[in-house]
Amino acid sequence: MSASVGTTATPSSRVLPAKWRPVFGSWLTAYKRTWRGSIFGRFLSPLMFLLSLGLGLGRLVDKSTGGVDGVPYLQFVVPGILAAQSMWAAMGESTYPVMGAIRWNMKYHAMLATPIGIDDVLLGHLLYVMMQVTGATAIFIGVAALFGSFSSWWVLLCLPITVLTGMAFAVPVFAFSAKQEGPDNFNILFRFIMTPLFLFSGIFFPVSQLPDLMRPIAWVMPLWHGVQANRSLALGSPDFAAVAGHTAYLLVVIVIGAWLARRAFIARLVV
Amino acid sequence: MTPAFSADDSVGCVTHPDPDFLLHATGLTKTFGSFTAVDGIDFAVERGESFGFLGPNGAGKSSTMKMVGCVSPVSCGELRVFGQDPATHGPQIRARLGVVPQKDTLDEELSVEENLWIYGRYFGLSRREVRVRTSELLDFAQLTDRAKSTVEPLSGGMKRRLTIARSLISRPEILLLDEPTTGLDPQARHVLWDRLFRLKRSGVTLVLTTHYMDEAEQLCDRLVVMDHGKIVAHGSPRSLITEYSTREVLELRFDTDDHAQHGEAIAGIGERVEVLPDRLLVYTEDGDAAAAEVHQRGVRPMSALVRRSTLEDVFLHLTGRTLVD
Repeated sequence: MSASVGTTATPSSRVLPAKWRPVFGSWLTAYKRTWRGSIFGRFLSPLMFLLSLGLGLGRLVDKSTGGVDGVPYLQFVVPGILAAQSMWAAMGESTYPVMGAIRWNMKYHAMLATPIGIDDVLLGHLLYVMMQVTGATAIFIGVAALFGSFSSWWVLLCLPITVLTGMAFAVPVFAFSAKQEGPDNFNILFRFIMTPLFLFSGIFFPVSQLPDLMRPIAWVMPLWHGVQANRSLALGSPDFAAVAGHTAYLLVVIVIGAWLARRAFIARLVV
Repeated sequence: MTPAFSADDSVGCVTHPDPDFLLHATGLTKTFGSFTAVDGIDFAVERGESFGFLGPNGAGKSSTMKMVGCVSPVSCGELRVFGQDPATHGPQIRARLGVVPQKDTLDEELSVEENLWIYGRYFGLSRREVRVRTSELLDFAQLTDRAKSTVEPLSGGMKRRLTIARSLISRPEILLLDEPTTGLDPQARHVLWDRLFRLKRSGVTLVLTTHYMDEAEQLCDRLVVMDHGKIVAHGSPRSLITEYSTREVLELRFDTDDHAQHGEAIAGIGERVEVLPDRLLVYTEDGDAAAAEVHQRGVRPMSALVRRSTLEDVFLHLTGRTLVD
């Protein structure tokens, strides 16, 4: 053993101004173990959607009705699916990993025994989730572009909008996950909230086709806003006022979610 | 973070900790709703000391450790670590503490060395510094040949040593160990004790909890005995034994269901007799003489064993219960 181990030297540990960085780094270190499989899935998912909905269903729709609102079905549906896959990616990153870090592997507890604080733990993890969502979205846009899903360069603005859409789910779900004692409720979340949202948020058909009573539900949830903004941009003649409105709505959801998540983290981790 | 109490709540608590101590608590209390886990305890730890909390499960040891570790807010009373208040200087205090929690919080999917790297980064250490210290600490924890292995398949003793190595990456002034050897086999415990003893000799202040009296005897210069959230005795292991027990103990076992029925037959031998479900304990200055007297009375136990008094006897005397059921 070296004599210096554990001796009381000068307190060498500085308190960093941005303590979320080592938290982010810790999640990134874990990701390095699984990134290959993860990236493969990120490519596979858009391919499957494009083949089945774009080429399969799309050809059928275009042949019988000439597209939706005069737009080929592929170009109508892909911006919506882009928003939805961001939601799915965000959910995957903010359910089990968050509960696990509290209940199973106690990752958060390990961090909190050091100079790292609750806000650093939350911010570092959220930024890591954002990195994942950004990666998934960029890959999706790239693959879909190869299939001719977009008719305008404005689609590049879909990247930040789509990331915001994902985070509008991730951040409130952090609050939800922090409160869970086990994974049971995640199934309810996936089956009874995510799946209906996927089906009824104007991705496959305009919300105007929905019964009057169901439309407000779509309007309240973040996914519809992401879908609308994406579609407006990707089709090439964006309604910027509408896009700005949808973006503002997503931001509001993120801010409220952050407040809830912080409260839930404190309640679970500071006892 | 929300402070757990306002200034008004702490009225009535004794609040004058001495700044000369590394660790000082007065009237330290932790409540969870209507349950009081730690009930107004006082203690102080000096630099270089090895200080223990001995008590059964549920005595309030871990709650105390979490407050000292600045991860659990103090409900009432006052606590100073390095002369600072955890409520206002949590991160600064934690930067100078090493924490070995009761349950390992290692990242099992990462390698041994990655666990040390990411932990060192939490303390704001540079990547290069972390790597230098990691190789030192792996050596210290006898894990160098497992550096690249993932944590998951390691033995309990190895994981514990890794947790200790990890807690040392910031070169802490105080090392907090919550039940460091619970659940380990005897050999792994001895390896761990050896490592902790080396740390102590190198000047690290150790604060540990345990429900093993042999661990407390091995590692602690001074300790407090806790029961139901209160401190029921304090002193060095030796002084506690002198004060609360006799020099020797005669243990008698009978081939019987109820040991209480033999209590009367040996009443009056030694200073006092303790009846346990599985044996009788005769507290005496001279165990062999007591054994002879038992024999003289015609009592024939299945086995008779003379041993030195331990902290277990102290605890039994103070609470009427054994430490580990």
